[in-house]
Amino acid sequence: MADISQQLKEQVLQARDSGHKLNIVGGGTKAFMGREADVDAGTLNVGEHTGIVDYHPVELVLTVRAGTPLSEIEATLAEEGQCLHFEPPHFGAASTIGGTLAGNLSGPGRPWAGSVRDQVLGIRLLNGKGEHLRFGGQVMKNVAGYDVSRLQAGALGTLGVITEISMKVMPKPAASLTLVQEMGMDEVIHYMNSRAAEPKPITAACWVDGKVYLRLSGAKSGVEATAEKWSGEVMEQGDKFWQEVQDFHHEFFAGNDVPLWRFSVGSTAAMPKLEGNWFIDWAGSQRWFRGPGELKDLEPAARAAGGQVSLFRGGDRTGEVMHRQPEALKGIQRRIKNAFDPDNIFNPGRLYSWL
Amino acid sequence: MTTKPKVSKAELAEQFRAFIDPDFVITDDETMKPYECDGMSMYCEMPLLVVLPETVEQVQRVMRICNENAVPVVARGAGTGLSAGAMPNKEGVVLSLAKFNRIVEIDPLARTARLQPGVRNLAISEEAAQYGLYYGPDPSSQIACTIGGNVAENSGGVHCLKYGLTVHNILSVEMVTAEGDVVTVGSDGLDSCGMDLLALMTGSEGLLGVVTEVKVKLLSKPEVAQVVMAGFDDVQKGGDAVGGIIAHGIIPGGLEMMDGHAIVAADDFAQAGYPRDAKALLLCEVDGTEEEVHEHIAQAEEVFRKLGATSVRTSQSEEERALLWKGRKSAFPAVGRISPDYYCMDGTIPRRHIAYVLTEMEKMSEEFGLRVANVFHAGDGNLHPLILFDANVPGEFERTEAFGSRILEMCVEVGGCITGEHGVGVEKIRQMAVQFNDEELQQFHDVKAAFDPAGILNPGKGVPALRFCQEYRSLEHKQHTHEHTEAAHG
Repeated sequence: MADISQQLKEQVLQARDSGHKLNIVGGGTKAFMGREADVDAGTLNVGEHTGIVDYHPVELVLTVRAGTPLSEIEATLAEEGQCLHFEPPHFGAASTIGGTLAGNLSGPGRPWAGSVRDQVLGIRLLNGKGEHLRFGGQVMKNVAGYDVSRLQAGALGTLGVITEISMKVMPKPAASLTLVQEMGMDEVIHYMNSRAAEPKPITAACWVDGKVYLRLSGAKSGVEATAEKWSGEVMEQGDKFWQEVQDFHHEFFAGNDVPLWRFSVGSTAAMPKLEGNWFIDWAGSQRWFRGPGELKDLEPAARAAGGQVSLFRGGDRTGEVMHRQPEALKGIQRRIKNAFDPDNIFNPGRLYSWL
Repeated sequence: MTTKPKVSKAELAEQFRAFIDPDFVITDDETMKPYECDGMSMYCEMPLLVVLPETVEQVQRVMRICNENAVPVVARGAGTGLSAGAMPNKEGVVLSLAKFNRIVEIDPLARTARLQPGVRNLAISEEAAQYGLYYGPDPSSQIACTIGGNVAENSGGVHCLKYGLTVHNILSVEMVTAEGDVVTVGSDGLDSCGMDLLALMTGSEGLLGVVTEVKVKLLSKPEVAQVVMAGFDDVQKGGDAVGGIIAHGIIPGGLEMMDGHAIVAADDFAQAGYPRDAKALLLCEVDGTEEEVHEHIAQAEEVFRKLGATSVRTSQSEEERALLWKGRKSAFPAVGRISPDYYCMDGTIPRRHIAYVLTEMEKMSEEFGLRVANVFHAGDGNLHPLILFDANVPGEFERTEAFGSRILEMCVEVGGCITGEHGVGVEKIRQMAVQFNDEELQQFHDVKAAFDPAGILNPGKGVPALRFCQEYRSLEHKQHTHEHTEAAHG
């Protein structure tokens, strides 16, 4: 547990003075994400910047240094019967909260519990000028100034070094159970959305290998009453199943030979006609695709489904991996990058080739 | 900052009338008068002219003309804002989105609605009700305020702790940039690639773009909702009870607190049967399935009793639930009855400091010689102190503003912020210097310039010019904020 923000600041200033670039690394478990890192850039290690700064269970607010491992945070929250409601994926024991926010990574409960971005209340950020800035706060509602904190979600560290995060935490649900039944891919989109539209305590819905899995969580009585009304068998080890989905340990995700594409689309959109295997999560809003292809060939399918596609893991990471942006948005994002990191120090080319 | 506009009022009007119905290019003072302020009527300014386009293409053309000629543009929805964010610029155009009032589409299966920005907040839920759905954020002004304004302010309401703010309940916005381009940020998917521009747009107070369409998420209406009302004989116990409920693992759909002054005013107005001698009143609404609500209501009643509630009452019917809420929902007009004018503040604090903050506020109330009543979105720490004053008494509004400033500074001192949901606008622009340092404010200016290089969108709002900040952080201010810090941590 250490505050190394001064040291991080000096490294940024040094890089700025000497014209060097920096790749930001926390626990080092997400090197597979985004485009390939710039091999000529130095490393800025945030992994040593750890520790819980402030935690008040009755406020439902946690403030933590960005290099703190998720496992440490979760253990602390569990002592108070609380949790990170957005169910962050762990890509190893070293996965940190800072990397989770930079990658905007959330687990199976995301459509109901919200994403990591949704839970963020404030951050401290080192910008490219070496200024250590504070945005947002430790309260649920705060509309003073632009929402620079949530802007970082998905930016893959291109706008600065997240050093500290304040976020909302939630009580662990009192009870949880999972219903499973066989169903074809052609029926499941409608089924999952219909279930999600009912006022019942559903907190996860996915489909893989011809089976649909629905999780119910909350007050025990409500969970059990709903399970009686809905079809499907109660799964023996439901929690284990969802943990595997959350951490990409489910066998669908195994191996690196076939690229893993992420379609973030409208929940009710028809399945794209593509040759390959699908894992449908978030009641249809997030669809994982394993199959060959190139970004430019998959983009029309994602657009037709109202969303975007990105290469999540594997495949060719020298070209673009994120759904390409229209010119006007490119211009805005370039200027935002310039506003935070005028010398283009942080994670060059990691998000887009042009950023 | 904007430079002096390069066209005259007459030239500008003529250019607009070439593509907008001339009746909706307003240039005379009498017709422009209603646009001189928003819900914060203490701040007024007449615009150069008002324009009401009805297509996105017309909005684009307005923006291009204004951008080329360095004419400020203030976008406006229903004008219900409470921070003078829609106050006109005297050299600029008010761009009213009033004609964009169509619900484009509701998709009951996907639980989404596509809306033009001028659609009223409540109209969304009314239209969605036929599918058993509703739109979550419900600001007090929901009968009149529009979704475009909700995006600009990141509006909340009484159900935020469980259901989130505007930023949590929208999927995408289509907007026209300062340079006249149409872009969509977000998508039908829950998360989009790259930096989160949708979050950045939300709450940006019309400084980054003009929203021309919004896609929102809809929620399924809970099977049951019940409210527990608990009275306490001191604010500390009331404040502790808020934490007690949450520590118990219950996330209420709504959790509201009122102080003694607000209880009496609201009860006089609504005859809700509130305990009039209580010093703090909590309204705790639990919603969900029948079984869940039954379980949580019993637990909530027990928690309140254990923590010293002097009265506990649970709604047994929809009518009773509505009655208990009626008092809270009419708290503002109720206070309006007991004072010629009132000034509604909007600070946010960590909940554990509620008793301290209310006690300090009572002291300031004596010091300034002005009464204050408090309603509080206790679930998410959002205070709405209502300072009672009489605008006809010379100097009283100035004293009210000074009192308000002190309250906001105290919010920052205890770890909170100067605005939870009303926005900075013009009203709180000076206090921005208390919450942020110059480097942070400069970063905001740089973000603004990334969207609006010429600085034409709502100039002078939201983020103060740095040269005014030093003055505000004067020795005198520092001294008394320092005293608060000592007290808060002492």
